[in-house]
Amino acid sequence: MNLLSIIGEALRALRQNRLRTGLTMLGMIIGVAAVVLMLSIGQGARTKINETIAAMGSNLFLVVPGATSSGGFSFGSGSVRTLTINDSHAIAELTSIKATAPVTTGPVQLNYGAKNWSTIITGTTPNYFEVGNWKMESGAAFTESDLRSAARFVVLGSVTAKNLFNEEDPIGKTIRISNRPFVVVGILMAKGQSLTGRDQDDTVIIPISTSERQITGSQFPGSIRYMLVQAKTPDDMDIAEIEITQLLRQRHRIPKGKENDFTVRNLTAIADVATDAAKVMSIVLGAIASVSLLVGGIGIMNIMLVSVTERTREIGIRMAIGANQRAILTQFLLEAMMICLMGGIIGLIIGIGGAWLVSRFADMLIVITAGMVGLAFLFSSAVGIFFGFYPAKKAASLKPVDALRYE
Amino acid sequence: MPAQSLNPAAYPLIQIERLCKSYSLQDASGKTITNQVLFDIHLTIQQGEFVAIMGHSGSGKSTLMNILGCLDTPTSGSYWLAEKNVATLSKDELARIRNEKIGFVFQGFNLLKRMTALDNVATPLLYAGISRAQSRKRALELLRRTGLENFAMHQPNQLSGGQQQRVAISRALVNHPPLILADEPTGNLDTQTSREIMLLFDQLNREQGITIVLVTHEDDIAAYAHRLIRLKDGHIVLDEKNRHETAPGGTPSFPSL
Repeated sequence: MNLLSIIGEALRALRQNRLRTGLTMLGMIIGVAAVVLMLSIGQGARTKINETIAAMGSNLFLVVPGATSSGGFSFGSGSVRTLTINDSHAIAELTSIKATAPVTTGPVQLNYGAKNWSTIITGTTPNYFEVGNWKMESGAAFTESDLRSAARFVVLGSVTAKNLFNEEDPIGKTIRISNRPFVVVGILMAKGQSLTGRDQDDTVIIPISTSERQITGSQFPGSIRYMLVQAKTPDDMDIAEIEITQLLRQRHRIPKGKENDFTVRNLTAIADVATDAAKVMSIVLGAIASVSLLVGGIGIMNIMLVSVTERTREIGIRMAIGANQRAILTQFLLEAMMICLMGGIIGLIIGIGGAWLVSRFADMLIVITAGMVGLAFLFSSAVGIFFGFYPAKKAASLKPVDALRYE
Repeated sequence: MPAQSLNPAAYPLIQIERLCKSYSLQDASGKTITNQVLFDIHLTIQQGEFVAIMGHSGSGKSTLMNILGCLDTPTSGSYWLAEKNVATLSKDELARIRNEKIGFVFQGFNLLKRMTALDNVATPLLYAGISRAQSRKRALELLRRTGLENFAMHQPNQLSGGQQQRVAISRALVNHPPLILADEPTGNLDTQTSREIMLLFDQLNREQGITIVLVTHEDDIAAYAHRLIRLKDGHIVLDEKNRHETAPGGTPSFPSL
């Protein structure tokens, strides 16, 4: 018996009991819809986090001055200004390190025409843009020679630019930072919020030399607020952390047994935690949704068992006219699979529709991948085969004479 | 169209030797009771015979019929059907034998519900691996010969008893089996319709040489057969040529098969 005939028979059998078929299918529909919806929400969260992490830059360390504690008494990070630009240069020479970017910060008032805006200024080197994975929306970053000449060039974050210039093109315009004129040379591409929720696009970046001499100033020349350090590869991260620590201890002449006067934080590790959390969340959501799929599958098994009993005589007749065990098995298995597949398709549509509604009204990022669609199909056929097999096997192993005599 | 049995002298179609059948049951106390239904049956049926098996209920005639039809297996003894020892065959091989060698006609017609007459007749061919189009073509041909071509698209519950039984006979014939087993085929039919059905069997036997084995408890139905076997309490008590060799009166009401 060819597959097409069996499919035809299965459809006919399912049509005979529309209500029952529909209700059984509902279990699958709800299960698959729930799985798709949960997976897409989980995937959306992961994508969002991954985007944020990618925007942050990869293989990053944040080195901040000041001990986290000293003799049981904590001053807090950055409470002592021990880190200098020269430390940054020295670290950049390490073999495991790709680049470093020293940073000084300070609150400033920006003016352009009648508009003004308060924000935190960042004084740094041109490496900052690469290390921090900043891309230019327009214009260009300042250069090494700008750094050496302490040029009054400024790169604006997209939010800052919008607040000062609105629709106007800022490139080449002069703004005043703490009453000193700076020429806008570049606008950064938007990054959105950081993992901690800070708006990364409200930023003003100038050469660290300019900042130190003219804007933030310092009691301790050359001291910096923090530095970003980028390792060459993810595999270099562990060695890099040790090398940075050793080098800084040596440069700061910290004797053995004394605590560091700086802290090295692995930003990638922080990102990994966030990624793992999102992964766990999507697994948990998927697992919960799978339970409803399981319940749907049990419903299918139940109905198929009833159906086999009801149709015992039909099975007997089919055996008498030449159906072998495989033909009977295939017939019932296919019925179960078709309930599951049809339920799966409808569930998929509802799941995608639900995800769309969630993304629209709950303002969440929802990601639906081809893999999910495939998974929904795979799952629903697997449920059909798994829960359909026992009833089908039961039908196929009936003795012809008993089946035929069944009343 | 000739059946597969071309040379009636080559070998007996059915040869049964020392066949016994017993059922084991558990009684209320959990003790196993063996209930023997058939005792030491010897039976040879040649190709082209028209045999009636008679007996009261409980005589073992239905059990014998199920074994003949490969629906049940004997407890001991041998059963050769078309030179094959059925007792040694697997379930799937038995299914194939039922499909190719045997056509069943039942008292209750046993058509598949919610399926057209045409699809009912075509189903054995689908199980034989023949394409749907080919199967339907052959099924329609048989329905035409049994005078039901106008009812091909009717479902069993839209047909009369006689029509349903003719659909069942068409289904039995569709794969050219050498043997037709009819278990009380007229049990649910009125006298006139019974006569028509029996004449149809007679015609199939005479014109195509199809072997027909009929189970009945009615003498006037058994009278159509050429040989009579009577079972009593699981033993064959009578095996004789029918007294009136030719079927009682009337011309066949069906076109030549």
